[in-house]
Amino acid sequence: MKILVCVSKTPDTTTKIAFNASNTELDSNGVQYIMNPYDEWYALVRALELKEALGGTVTLINVGPADNDQVIRKGLAIGADDAVRIDMNPPSALNVAFQIAEHARAESYDLILLGKETIDYNGSEIGAMIAEYLDLPFVSYATKLDTSDGKTATIQRDIEGGVEEVEVDAPFVMSAAKGLAEQRIPNMKGIMMAKSKALKVVTPAAFEDKAVTVQYTLPPAKSAVKMIAPENMEELVKLLHEEAKVI
Amino acid sequence: MVLVFAESQKGNFKKTAFEAVTYGYKTAQVLGTECVALALGTAHNAADLGLYGANKVLHVADATLDQFDSQIYAKVIAEASQQVGAKVIVLSHTSTGKSVHGRLAARLGAGSVAGVNSIPTADGGFKVKKGVFSGKAIAEYEIKSEVKVLSVMGNSLQPAVVGSAAPVEALAIAVPASRVKVKSVSRIEGIVPLPEAELVVSAGRGMKGPENWGIVEDLANVLGATTACSRPVADVHWRPHHEHVGQTGIAIRPNLYIAIGISGAIQHLAGVNNSKTIVVINKDPEAPFFKAADYGVVGDLFEVVPKLTEAFKQFKAAE
Repeated sequence: MKILVCVSKTPDTTTKIAFNASNTELDSNGVQYIMNPYDEWYALVRALELKEALGGTVTLINVGPADNDQVIRKGLAIGADDAVRIDMNPPSALNVAFQIAEHARAESYDLILLGKETIDYNGSEIGAMIAEYLDLPFVSYATKLDTSDGKTATIQRDIEGGVEEVEVDAPFVMSAAKGLAEQRIPNMKGIMMAKSKALKVVTPAAFEDKAVTVQYTLPPAKSAVKMIAPENMEELVKLLHEEAKVI
Repeated sequence: MVLVFAESQKGNFKKTAFEAVTYGYKTAQVLGTECVALALGTAHNAADLGLYGANKVLHVADATLDQFDSQIYAKVIAEASQQVGAKVIVLSHTSTGKSVHGRLAARLGAGSVAGVNSIPTADGGFKVKKGVFSGKAIAEYEIKSEVKVLSVMGNSLQPAVVGSAAPVEALAIAVPASRVKVKSVSRIEGIVPLPEAELVVSAGRGMKGPENWGIVEDLANVLGATTACSRPVADVHWRPHHEHVGQTGIAIRPNLYIAIGISGAIQHLAGVNNSKTIVVINKDPEAPFFKAADYGVVGDLFEVVPKLTEAFKQFKAAE
């Protein structure tokens, strides 16, 4: 199968968040960046498993500046064959999806995989957008993907309060949720091989952004926790009823 | 005009749909326009959407829409929006809504924001906010395109009754054949799914073993709450995976989240810190979760939880 895996770079969850003086951009000083876990642990690993079982290639794509190469190289070290980076600072989800679709249109992939969302913005938009631009089926929140011939796939996906099983023919776009695969740690051989794998840098296509970030603000500070003695649970119930008004 | 795609399950509209209509109604007020709801497939109580502010309900009744395909849904919603000249399209930020949202934006060339938690403002541009970076910041966006697509984060506003039953009008839109074949759908019956739950009782490694979960279930039963768990507990199969809340599990926004024997790692907080009120019960006073809590109890959970259950029982009986 010819597989494209879209990977994103996100701040690690544990990182402190601060903004520039005008509050229009994340201050990247001291921010620990990682590959978006849903892209890395589930989408990429399942793509590699399919390649190992059925043959084919796994290409990574990222929309971002040169700083992102470190994250892309990690994906190559885990086992992807080559990578493409669309060289821009992505201003909106629609722009990112447009750029990926422009690349994919010319390459005729059998399967386009990505994580169900990024852990920084949790928008869950890119996969659906790519599918629409390419007029392809989109299966979201996949926890299981089976195909014996690389042509017809059976997929289990998370839905509200349950599970749905669908069947779809390649080519299609799919977003990956926890359970689809097990995380792989790159080994030394993979890291060495990644250095010589192709990472093609591409100039973005023209696109007019429709939505832009105006500013970031910090949420109001949480008031201090109110401690209640363990023998006085009637007091806790009273506070939940009268003060918090949640019961 | 604001068009709200109201999601139904087996033809019944539920809280998420009422929230989306409430959001659409409030947005329409800001823009000085009307709010229209759109129902797809079987729809039993579509007129109820009027209670939350829909002036009317458009209904595409084709039964093939009872099976979900993001491509078909996007096409039908886009066509409906063009027929009625909608400028803002509102969806729920649910697995269905999220799967359609991006498609609609791409199809209509519309600016979009997914997971909004505040009503848009229209003075000096159409602006709207959402929580980002695991709740550590709020981002404000401006949408510049003529048509805008928004998905509403669950439990970010309360559905409010502002009107009466709305007229339901049939809308004729050709529904193409789907390329995604739904083989089966299985739902866990009898419980409120975690993303929709208003009350959640959750427990972690402090429980020491799966055989001790009875006290957690007792507390949840008294409250009518949904049970949840932390990642380590799901990973060792003490509890089923569908109960796992946190960054890699389910993100929840209940009114009340009671965390029992969970230390509160940042990955766990990322999935629960939008809860309105957080109660933490832990024997370790240094547990990081207390910093994110509204109410804290330091004590042995095997003593505290049954006492809390008893106190809730007395409260319920007195009510």
